[in-house]
Amino acid sequence: MNCKKEAVELMHKYLDGDLTKVEESSLVQHLETCEDCQKHFHELKRTITWIQSTEQIVAPPNFTQSVMDKLPKEKKRISYMRWFKAHPVITAAAIFFIFMFSGVFSAYTHDSQLIVSKQEDLIIKGDTVIVPEGVTVEGDLVVKNGNLRIDGTVDGNVTLIHGKLLDNSIEGEGLMASVGEVNGKIEQVDQVFEWMWYHLRNMFESIFSLGTV
Amino acid sequence: MEFMIKEKIKQVKKGDQAAFEDVVAFYQNKIYQHCFRMLGNAHEAEDIAQEAFIRAYVNIHSYDDQRKFSTWLYRIATNLTIDRIRKRKPDYYLDAEIKGADGLDMYSQLETDNPLPEEEVESLELKSYIHHEISELPPKYRTIIILRYLEDFSLKEISDILDIPLGTVKTRIHRGREALRKKLRHV
Repeated sequence: MNCKKEAVELMHKYLDGDLTKVEESSLVQHLETCEDCQKHFHELKRTITWIQSTEQIVAPPNFTQSVMDKLPKEKKRISYMRWFKAHPVITAAAIFFIFMFSGVFSAYTHDSQLIVSKQEDLIIKGDTVIVPEGVTVEGDLVVKNGNLRIDGTVDGNVTLIHGKLLDNSIEGEGLMASVGEVNGKIEQVDQVFEWMWYHLRNMFESIFSLGTV
Repeated sequence: MEFMIKEKIKQVKKGDQAAFEDVVAFYQNKIYQHCFRMLGNAHEAEDIAQEAFIRAYVNIHSYDDQRKFSTWLYRIATNLTIDRIRKRKPDYYLDAEIKGADGLDMYSQLETDNPLPEEEVESLELKSYIHHEISELPPKYRTIIILRYLEDFSLKEISDILDIPLGTVKTRIHRGREALRKKLRHV
């Protein structure tokens, strides 16, 4: 066996754990006869033992903290997320309120179209709805985003959303009219909360009436 | 432990910076030690080890979950140390005169080549001598010797860390062992 090449090559294979059974026995045979290779092999193993004997080195104190201090700032979004995770009830309540208010506001502000609950016998001039003289409107009247003038008679409740009652002869709060006549309540809704209240009450009323029918 | 680190990495990927603290705490000694052995001094080692963790954090999205995190982290650290060694400028020149010492230059500050008194060759001396000899190896051999024998990586893992073929790792470790053997044979 060639000491310089083959034997040394086998020694390294041995050290890497790559030696086959056949190669191992041939290396062992060679080492038994060749003193130089024995020495070489011994030196290699001793070298490795020495390398492994060097002391363990420990990171300086506060290493972790100084790394953390140098990290780029985490995104705001993430710290919010962590806060939300820590406070689920508040988060749920906040989400509920956001949806509720955004829903109410969009419904309140977006439709600026004039809406009248009944069209029969009513005159619409621009954004003013007129109940003409001598006409009797049966049932409740709702006017949204417009003004209302009552010269005739309304046989039911009148609700005005985002609008005004134009006839001065009727003075709010369900008073009876002198020229026009409303046989029910007159209600004006101008504020968001009133508007909400109105809707909620309507909803309850419709549920209630469904129950009784 | 491996599982704990995997979970932490997932959180870091989602952007949770606090989870990274545990990762740093877990690997700090290993990475610092690796840098220290590659670079040979504490100041640079701390600098580079910190840089390695910061890079790992910034590039966490390029880390593939299927692979070992330690392999990836060691690769970053190793590349940074090799970069540093390449860019290293000599801090001082042997020819430079020492200020305030008339006519003396750095050569006069060097140890003589005379053999050390026998009593000084103690275990600690031997260790620092070995450490010195390792740090004298060319970086490509040094890296592999350190990873294999000081940090106990398998040859396959080393080939992953350095992104070189297994055959190359074997060739280099053979040469590295031979070089160290020659240096240490007379000790």
